[in-house]
Amino acid sequence: MTGSLTVPNPPVTAAPPGRGGDLPRLLPASGAAPVGLRQHLDAYGALPTARSPGRLLREVAAAGLTGRGGAGFPTARKLAAAAEARPAPLVVGNGAEGEPASSKDSSLLWISPHLVLDGLQLAAEVIGSPAAVLYVRRNQRLHAGLAGAIAERAAAGIGAARVDLVQAPDRFLAGEESAVVSRLTGRPALPAYRPVRGLPRLAPGRAALVQNVETLAHLALIARYGAAWFRNAGTAAEPGTMLVTLRLADGRTSVAEVPLGTGIAGLLGLEPAAGHLAGASVPSAAGPVQAVLAGGYHGAWLPAAEAAHLLMAGAALRPLGASAGAGVLAALPADRCGLAETARVARYLALESAGQCGPCFNGLPRIAAALEHLAGPRPDHRARADLKRWAGQVTGRGACHHPDGSVRFIRSALRVFAGEAGLHEQGRCCGTDPRPFLPVPAARPASDADWS
Amino acid sequence: MGKQLRVDPVACAGHGACAELLPELVTLDEWGYAIVADQPVPRGLVREARRAVAGCPALALALRRVA
Repeated sequence: MTGSLTVPNPPVTAAPPGRGGDLPRLLPASGAAPVGLRQHLDAYGALPTARSPGRLLREVAAAGLTGRGGAGFPTARKLAAAAEARPAPLVVGNGAEGEPASSKDSSLLWISPHLVLDGLQLAAEVIGSPAAVLYVRRNQRLHAGLAGAIAERAAAGIGAARVDLVQAPDRFLAGEESAVVSRLTGRPALPAYRPVRGLPRLAPGRAALVQNVETLAHLALIARYGAAWFRNAGTAAEPGTMLVTLRLADGRTSVAEVPLGTGIAGLLGLEPAAGHLAGASVPSAAGPVQAVLAGGYHGAWLPAAEAAHLLMAGAALRPLGASAGAGVLAALPADRCGLAETARVARYLALESAGQCGPCFNGLPRIAAALEHLAGPRPDHRARADLKRWAGQVTGRGACHHPDGSVRFIRSALRVFAGEAGLHEQGRCCGTDPRPFLPVPAARPASDADWS
Repeated sequence: MGKQLRVDPVACAGHGACAELLPELVTLDEWGYAIVADQPVPRGLVREARRAVAGCPALALALRRVA
């Protein structure tokens, strides 16, 4: 995607009403116009100072806020670790959003920049950091808007920490925590091998606290309204709301804010009938749906009939290899070939390997080629055996989770589109519409410079 | 408390010295990159494991304490 892109990509739709009746929280009830500083202050009140960092930490822990970037790590634990580190870590708001199927972070940054900036300031105060960075996907309009918001706040004297805006390269892995840190030290945004857990380090003795921008926006609201308020939405185990990027079967996309535990059927307009066959497609307001991709390109395909009964929550999705994570849901229409769609994305994922780890840069292109072969007519049966063997050989063997996530996504396709694979063996295919459905950036960068 | 072999996948360049020095715990994938056994190094193999660590031209292999 280029800098000329309009922001946000998808129109923002009003979220369905949830428990607590106070939704949406992060986005205005209607419209997709940026919320200016005055309007922000009118709606949410002044930025509360973290008078007692310990109190805010306890409030975040009680709220049960988890990272909204995909990994879902408890925010309070990460904040507490950062608050103990000396010198104070650099706070980084991560809006790289390298996932092509997601646009919730850029939508949030475009529409509600001040909530994110509030959260960034609060995190900096809690851990005692004098500086913060907002690391955002490459997009001229978005960057111009954010630079304006940062300047407006500085002029109004809001927040003690200085905020720098840094551009993330247009790569799938640009938002991976160690890649973010690498970029901030002036090196390419490549993932690093980190044998020791804990906060990533910018330099010896200087750690960074990297938090997804949506997580920071939730933090800003918890600081104002408290843990009990936060828990008014969502489930007891997974409280709060989350932003989701929805891609309906007719190709329309939107970003919505929903409580954790919202039914997937409602979000994608699926209308499952009683006694529906497991493998059959499910009618939806946007046309028949054969499968649902949950969690993006490191997530998993689910048969539509199964997805229609699931909730958007880790408890429901994790056992199936999918995740509520970064909130991507895509409804694959019945007239597309799921194998061809997956093969196209698998090729993209192979090209997005940082090229650092042998198993990843050797395995993913071979896996993608095998999948492309399986997506064609009358594939050689050896392709499937090769693919399975290679998938086993790359899993768990990268510095980052790119090989693991890619394999999870591809394996789910082999399960969910097993019927389609059978058709291909007979030289047939259920896909009647050859147009690509899942978004994949058109032109791929080709040089090392593209990582910075 | 034991020790376990860990390979730095970024540093590993597929020389394969580790698999020659310590075939009991290291195999190679079909592209020549080390796959280390996901288990503590048995007491009787610690000396060989140290030799494999020292023998890696890419300094990609390490012995780490595990709980």
